[in-house]
Amino acid sequence: MKNLVTAIGLATALASPALAEGQLNIYNWGNYTSPELIEKFESETGIQVTITDFDSNDTALAKVKAGGHGFDIVVPSGTFIPIWVGEGLLLETNPNSMENFKHMDPQWVDVAFDPGRKYSVPWQWGTVGVTVNTSVYDGNPHTSSIFLDPPEELRGKINVVPEMTDVMSLAIKFHGGEQCTGDREILKKVRDTLVEAKQHWLSIDYGTIEKYAKGDLAAGVNWNGASLRSREQNPDIVFGYPQEGYPVWMDNVVVLKEANNAENAKIFQNFIMAPENAALISNFARYANGIAGSQAYMPEEMSSAPEVVIPDELKAAAYVAEVCPPAVQQIYTRIWTELQK
Amino acid sequence: MTKPRAFDVRRQSGFAFVALCCFVLLYLPIILLVVFSFNAGQSIAIWEGFSWRWYVSAWQNEKVQDATVLSLIIATCASLVATSVAVMAALATTRTGTFRGSALVFGMINQPLMIPEIVTAVALLIFFAMVKVATGYTGLWYLIIAHSAFCIPFAYMPIRARLQGMDLSLEQAAADLYGTPWRVFRMVTLPQLWPGVLAGAMLAFVISLDNVIITEFAKSAGQDTLPTYMLGQLRRVVTPEINAISTVLLAISVALVVAFYLLSKSKKQ
Amino acid sequence: MPNGVRTARRRWLLLTPALVILLFAATGPLLIVLVYSFLTPGDYGGVVWTFSTDAWFNVVVERDFFDDTLSFADAHLSIFWRSVKLSLVTTLVAFIVGFPTAYFIATRPRETRDMWMLLIMVPFWTNLLIRTFAVMEIIRNEGVINTGLIQLGIIDAPIQMLFTEFAVTLGMVYVYLPLMVLPIYASMERMDFSLIEAGYDLYASRWRILRKVIFPLVKPGVVAGSILVFVPALGAYVTPRVLGGGKQLMLGNLIELQFGQGRNWPLGAALSISLLAIVMVALFVYVRSAGTQEGRHD
Repeated sequence: MKNLVTAIGLATALASPALAEGQLNIYNWGNYTSPELIEKFESETGIQVTITDFDSNDTALAKVKAGGHGFDIVVPSGTFIPIWVGEGLLLETNPNSMENFKHMDPQWVDVAFDPGRKYSVPWQWGTVGVTVNTSVYDGNPHTSSIFLDPPEELRGKINVVPEMTDVMSLAIKFHGGEQCTGDREILKKVRDTLVEAKQHWLSIDYGTIEKYAKGDLAAGVNWNGASLRSREQNPDIVFGYPQEGYPVWMDNVVVLKEANNAENAKIFQNFIMAPENAALISNFARYANGIAGSQAYMPEEMSSAPEVVIPDELKAAAYVAEVCPPAVQQIYTRIWTELQK
Repeated sequence: MTKPRAFDVRRQSGFAFVALCCFVLLYLPIILLVVFSFNAGQSIAIWEGFSWRWYVSAWQNEKVQDATVLSLIIATCASLVATSVAVMAALATTRTGTFRGSALVFGMINQPLMIPEIVTAVALLIFFAMVKVATGYTGLWYLIIAHSAFCIPFAYMPIRARLQGMDLSLEQAAADLYGTPWRVFRMVTLPQLWPGVLAGAMLAFVISLDNVIITEFAKSAGQDTLPTYMLGQLRRVVTPEINAISTVLLAISVALVVAFYLLSKSKKQ
Repeated sequence: MPNGVRTARRRWLLLTPALVILLFAATGPLLIVLVYSFLTPGDYGGVVWTFSTDAWFNVVVERDFFDDTLSFADAHLSIFWRSVKLSLVTTLVAFIVGFPTAYFIATRPRETRDMWMLLIMVPFWTNLLIRTFAVMEIIRNEGVINTGLIQLGIIDAPIQMLFTEFAVTLGMVYVYLPLMVLPIYASMERMDFSLIEAGYDLYASRWRILRKVIFPLVKPGVVAGSILVFVPALGAYVTPRVLGGGKQLMLGNLIELQFGQGRNWPLGAALSISLLAIVMVALFVYVRSAGTQEGRHD
């Protein structure tokens, strides 16, 4: 059967070489791809780009794993890349030997999820921390107790993003554990803390930029880029990097083994490593990228924003997010379900 | 004793008031939605002055254009398919007693109503992926068939209801006159059935246009419909651009329905 | 050929297209879900083809991960209960609002009835996500209701309505209301008003007429409407996610969690089938009450 499919694919490719040459199907998070970047890529290469949206890492993985999807490029979070590799879904494109690899920020080359960058090229990276409205509470924002043991002023006005792994690992770090720990003593504390804290939360929700800006929410677990967008509307908003530990995530461009346009996909990987192109990505979605020198192409308020530049004294608390083993994941899911019952 | 002249047997006290509340409840959000599509600011809640900017930006947004066109194509095809097969199914299952397998048939037809979308969505993801890998075809027809399936009960209900209220004797007389069942259907049954068919098709069209979860799971590359596009925005930020798109869609739908309404009215007279 | 055989053959011929589509895109895939509920979860989503009843076990019972004691899966059960409760309340409210509305429309002059029905249907033509957002804008702290009440001096501080069970119920009533009005209206339109007149001639009160004459006549419509509202409410996903603020899951969200972040597809499948079982119970009640009704008419 597979041979037949390949044969048909080949026949189509032979019959219309121009068409096959000129396409690229990207599967990315919704509202995350800079239209300017795509326009520039299309006009420079003549390749026609199609973008399709997903709304969670798991949806994307499930869909691609099932097969028959037609995508060339996917942009999963770094935590998921070992799974994608393990499932044999990715093509080894060796970005490390591409022309523009010299622009890579060295700190992002030997990442745990793809040591030496054999599969992936950075798209954007950010942190998960806490957003605090200082007009409501002007204490130290750099702590997870903002949402795990909230001060009186913030109670009932807290939102937590519905990202199970991030929230769990913040809470585990708060109790001195390591992310993905299976230590029952710590997990018990984590569960009790979360269940106790939940009564002070207003919601477990996405799409909160406006709500922070307008005061519906006074604090909560948030992404740095989203927090930045809130601050642009309301100067009282600050982003805190919890001193107990906070995850750093990175979304990455990878090419699928099944890609029909693998060559074009590689061209795209190389293309976005150029600083002026990487800057377009950041300017659109407001997160940092992993390309050195791209700051030069960003507006000042973006490249020096406190949400993007981590204060030196809090750098040590950062850890790169990982995917937890299935057994641990199951316990986390149950705690998470209990939290939302 | 005679009834007072003004006594209206149809009146029930308070009902008109509840109906009024019902209409207010239904329309308040929609009016706000339309109003904020003209907002000059970024917000879908704070009014910052009148502007067309979101209509312009929606118009220029290529993704929105593609998604809208795709949504309309799928909804049109799916409602056509669903309505045609629903008419046939209704003809087969109405005005007869129970027959062997009738419970199974009704169960299958109504199944999409009974099963939460998320379940069907995952089931379709798994199943379609198998078919896609086996056949190599990844086109639009998967979505159209999937949409047709869950539209069938919505098309079926009004058609069946109409059929049940129809007079059998006319058709029997026609059968004697015209002979072939197809002619009887075309000349007698269909004209009478028409309002039901239209209602069914409209309902199916809307249901298809609305669908999020099943589409999200069943779509292939480049097959974002308007709802899945919006779902993707949920995590980031929602701007009045979405309001602008919905207002346009709403205007188109209302225009369509009103046109139908006027047409059917002029036909009656 | 005997007449009966010919009719039967024609019937199945007419049914074939619908059944083929449904088999391909509804019933068939559902069997896959059933099969999946008896498999072992894959490490990162998906399934491993090893038979297991763990998923079903986990629907109702849980093993405490701290001391290994067995207990009822409290989290699942309370989510089940919330879903059933909110769906019932939604159905009830939709009936209380929808019945008088349908009656109001059915008693308008014939020429204007279509127009009134159109007014009911138009909101239905707006995208579900959009309508849910619109409801959110109304009940939020800075929304129309709170701002209005504050300006009227009735309250000092905004009432927290968003992200409560009230918000979810309101949203579901709003979204599914037309599905209640439509069938009730359909059965009222065919109602014979001379029966009511006869009732008044017998000195019945309006309330008695409503209860003893009108309601029994339109009962099939009411039952159909209730089912049409109850079932989608039970499996609702978008409304609880947007208006419930994710703090109180409903079944649809719980199932999505298992297929998504939870990566336990068999449990998700088993929960789906359980949800289906609840729906079946509701339908059983429907078939019984509708059945007795039809028996009387035929």
